[in-house]
Amino acid sequence: MNAFKVPILKVGDVLIVSIQSDIDDRTVIEMQQRVLEQIERTGARSLLIDISLLEMVDSFTGRMLSDIAAMASIMDSETVVVGIQPAVAITLVELGLELKGVSTALDVDDGLRILKERMRERQRRHLYSAKENAAAG
Amino acid sequence: MPPDNQTPANTPDPRTIQLLTERENEILEAWIENRLQSSDFRETLISGEELRSDSQTFLRAFITAIANSNVEEMRGKEFNAIRRLLLEISEARAAQAFSPSETAFYVFSLKESLLPFLRDEYKNDPELLVDEVNKVSKALDKLGSFIFVSTIKNRERVIRQQQQDMLELSTPVVQIWDRIICLPLIGTLDSRRTQLMMERLLERIVKTRAEIAILDITGVPTVDTQVANYLIKTVTAVRLLGSTCIITGVGPAIAQTIVHLGIDLTGIITRNQLSDGIRLAFELTRQRVIQLNSHAESDASAEKGENDERVQSAHP
Repeated sequence: MNAFKVPILKVGDVLIVSIQSDIDDRTVIEMQQRVLEQIERTGARSLLIDISLLEMVDSFTGRMLSDIAAMASIMDSETVVVGIQPAVAITLVELGLELKGVSTALDVDDGLRILKERMRERQRRHLYSAKENAAAG
Repeated sequence: MPPDNQTPANTPDPRTIQLLTERENEILEAWIENRLQSSDFRETLISGEELRSDSQTFLRAFITAIANSNVEEMRGKEFNAIRRLLLEISEARAAQAFSPSETAFYVFSLKESLLPFLRDEYKNDPELLVDEVNKVSKALDKLGSFIFVSTIKNRERVIRQQQQDMLELSTPVVQIWDRIICLPLIGTLDSRRTQLMMERLLERIVKTRAEIAILDITGVPTVDTQVANYLIKTVTAVRLLGSTCIITGVGPAIAQTIVHLGIDLTGIITRNQLSDGIRLAFELTRQRVIQLNSHAESDASAEKGENDERVQSAHP
């Protein structure tokens, strides 16, 4: 069996997954497994998947992407997919995979910015509910 | 069976060739006369001199061609020359707005003018006359249909070229601000155009890192289910890239059609005017356009130290 080829990097609070080449189904499944393990281990609150080097996508990979996002969300982690190429976007749309519930960004820069905003928003929400609780208590 | 055993079945008799060569000028005159008299000669489209020079070149090439080859086949070096000539003529005629049938009839009309000469020559040999008439007609028929086909082909080429040009023209993607691009759509949308439009838009988004893409459909007369579907697909694809798509120029007619067709546009940002779309794009990218006071006014108010309101609005 080939070595696992998808690097998963932790930068600050963000877990960055960079898919380097067109990947097969087994790698995608393994990636899902490892990403979720890393989220658990590191407690990362944000997940950024960069697929700018992916030139082709099939329905399986497309579904896996939205699955990972949904799973990460259950584990209280925000997901943003960045760098989707035009051809890939067209394929996904034609396949009816709209990646609903997944945030997207043009590149890693934008993706990190979006994640930061989301975190800030979340903190504000937490603060607000904490205040409410305090007021109620 | 050919009357002259020395010539192959489908090559005209040497006597015919000789006749044509000798009386070429007479035939030419008869032909041009015939053309000028005929009802479909249009002076406004072609001058007498041009007709004469075309006809002369054609007649000479025709004689050379049939002298050396098989009229059934119409292949070979001899015919290449005349084919090239016909292509030129057909192109010129098409440019002069002659219809394909008029151009073909021009070639067929040579028959009318040429046959009397054959009749004179073979007065005493009706069998040979029929044979020779047959061969010459065959050759001219082939050339006539060839010119017809090539005229149509020329036309098709022009149409294809224009279609291509129109396709190119019809999908301009313009950058209207930093990271805001706009694609104004004009005319009826079909699947090919929409496909091209989608690809262009997505490519430009990646290239310019546009956060907002405005799809302006002011110039689109009607929207049907298919077009609406394409628009939805485009919006989804733009979202996948990581930018936001705003559809503007949705007038009353299109709004009504969309609702009547039961198309669900929830989740798609639509605006009435392009300007509303641009305003929204600024809002989404956290930018604002402010009105600057003129220098005279701000100077005056600064001097007087009054009219604070105006100063404040310029410096919020």
